[in-house]
Amino acid sequence: MANYFQEEIECMPVEKIKALQNELLPAQVRYVWENVEYYRNKMKAHGVTPDDIKSIDDLHKLPFMSKADLRDAYPYGLLAVPLSECVRIQSTSGTTGKRVVAFYTQGDIDIWEDCTARAICAAGGTKDDVCQVSYGYGLFTGGPGLDGGSHKVGCLTIPTSSGNTERQIMFIMDLHATILCCTPSYAAYIGETLKEMGYKPEDIPLKAGIFGAEAWSEEMRRDIEKTLGIKAYDIYGLTEISGPGVSFECSEQRGMHINEDHFLAEIIDPNTGEVLPEGTQGELVFTALDKKAFPLIRYRTRDICTLTREKCSCGRTHVRMTKPKGRSDDMLIIRGVNVFPSQIETVLMNNGYAANYQIIVGRVNNTDTFEVKVEMTPDMFTDNVGEVQARRKVLEDGLRSMLGIKAKVTLVAPKTITRSEGKAVRVIDTRKI
Amino acid sequence: MSVNQVSVFLENKPGTLNNLTEILAAHNINIRALSLAETSEFGIVRMLVNDVFEATNVLKENNFVAIITPVLAYAIEDKAGYLNNLLKHFSAASVNIEYMYAFAGKERAYMIFRVNDTKKAEALLQSKGLKSLTQEEIAAV
Ligand SMILES: [Zn+2]
Repeated sequence: MANYFQEEIECMPVEKIKALQNELLPAQVRYVWENVEYYRNKMKAHGVTPDDIKSIDDLHKLPFMSKADLRDAYPYGLLAVPLSECVRIQSTSGTTGKRVVAFYTQGDIDIWEDCTARAICAAGGTKDDVCQVSYGYGLFTGGPGLDGGSHKVGCLTIPTSSGNTERQIMFIMDLHATILCCTPSYAAYIGETLKEMGYKPEDIPLKAGIFGAEAWSEEMRRDIEKTLGIKAYDIYGLTEISGPGVSFECSEQRGMHINEDHFLAEIIDPNTGEVLPEGTQGELVFTALDKKAFPLIRYRTRDICTLTREKCSCGRTHVRMTKPKGRSDDMLIIRGVNVFPSQIETVLMNNGYAANYQIIVGRVNNTDTFEVKVEMTPDMFTDNVGEVQARRKVLEDGLRSMLGIKAKVTLVAPKTITRSEGKAVRVIDTRKI
Repeated sequence: MSVNQVSVFLENKPGTLNNLTEILAAHNINIRALSLAETSEFGIVRMLVNDVFEATNVLKENNFVAIITPVLAYAIEDKAGYLNNLLKHFSAASVNIEYMYAFAGKERAYMIFRVNDTKKAEALLQSKGLKSLTQEEIAAV
């Protein structure tokens, strides 16, 4: 068995995956109709009943769920089992108002951990590996998700959680960790620290990394791979659907395989809700096919990406998604390129700055102007003009590599970015389109 | 001994330097020497003040980015040829000057130097018989 955790499922012929989904979806819709009043009411309002859903071809008839529904139904409104059946919650901060609280039965956790175990195996993990989980443990799904998968694979698991970089490095070096799981920016930081301490890539026992939960560029991947001497794998997930492992990268490093035996994916037009054909960029929507406690149907992730069924050399047959570019509701089109504020935030954070920025888009002579104002911080400042300019340039280069277009970075004084009701205004678009 | 210089980030737009001087004036902080480096987008004010601690505090409270930078200060005769003499020692000791500025006192002139390795430069110049001024000496000028 080469790099698979559940080969018969991961490499199942596409027709068999469809057949499995055709069997699971109608049953799951009926289960949710019977157990979740909130969604039943939504279906009724939409004029659809479980009898209308006979196969995955009928999926488009069902109403969408969104973050707003999670807020309205907080905390128990979407629960499909008695609380006594639940063994755990995980939680993530919502962008507006209430936190998202997701519930899990033991069965749901098993599904989730199978998914992260598949990701670890795809990264070359076996029971002989030492897997250091440097994602946060707790309400955040990163730590518990990878921890559970690591146990399933049989790796020796080091639950360092995030932070305390010195201790992270001590465990990597002393206990010969071979797989590192954390956010890409933390991996880059660990890598830089090891480099400063004088370790060369060949001195570091790590061979693979599983990095997710934030946006990162291909250039950043190569940097991390070089400093740590590893192969870096992307992983995707969201608390609403389970956690990390909804999809994961294989050795091809060209898109993440979605675990289709559990999660049914669609791409829709974020404005009209219309389902888009394979290969078209749009908003990713998920239906959990066999979750029991918190079973969302047609949940709009707000993540923009593309799906492909092109054959993958790793042997897996499950559909692949591209790395999400950002949130559909924040997307800007500048000089024909999609730009997401989250990408700018990532570049700032990857360079160790606070995410105090503002995007200013305008139009001069039919060409878009693109400026990013960044608030100066004591960390970024020196008394040397050339050095401050150089740091500004590093940010400009980082933005160009992340976005593919050039942005002008302007450094501004602290607390000067326009705020509205206490929240910073992140985008000012003066174009008249 | 090096002297503490206050370095402040300024946006390059009208009124920002005046905002800075107003805050310092309101807190009774005296600027002994000041130099401004600027690009088309931003400027950096470097200054010696009578109370470094108070100055950086009130500036931070008023949303300025202000940091403390060590610089070397030397007193010379306010006469032709003395600066030339001083700089000869810098070249002889291979000390690279990042920037410098000056102010004239009642009797002597004072030269402020920013070098990349303050401690090393100070020791080299000391060995040539050049003694840099202390924070107290500058304050007493
Ligand atoms: Zn693959």
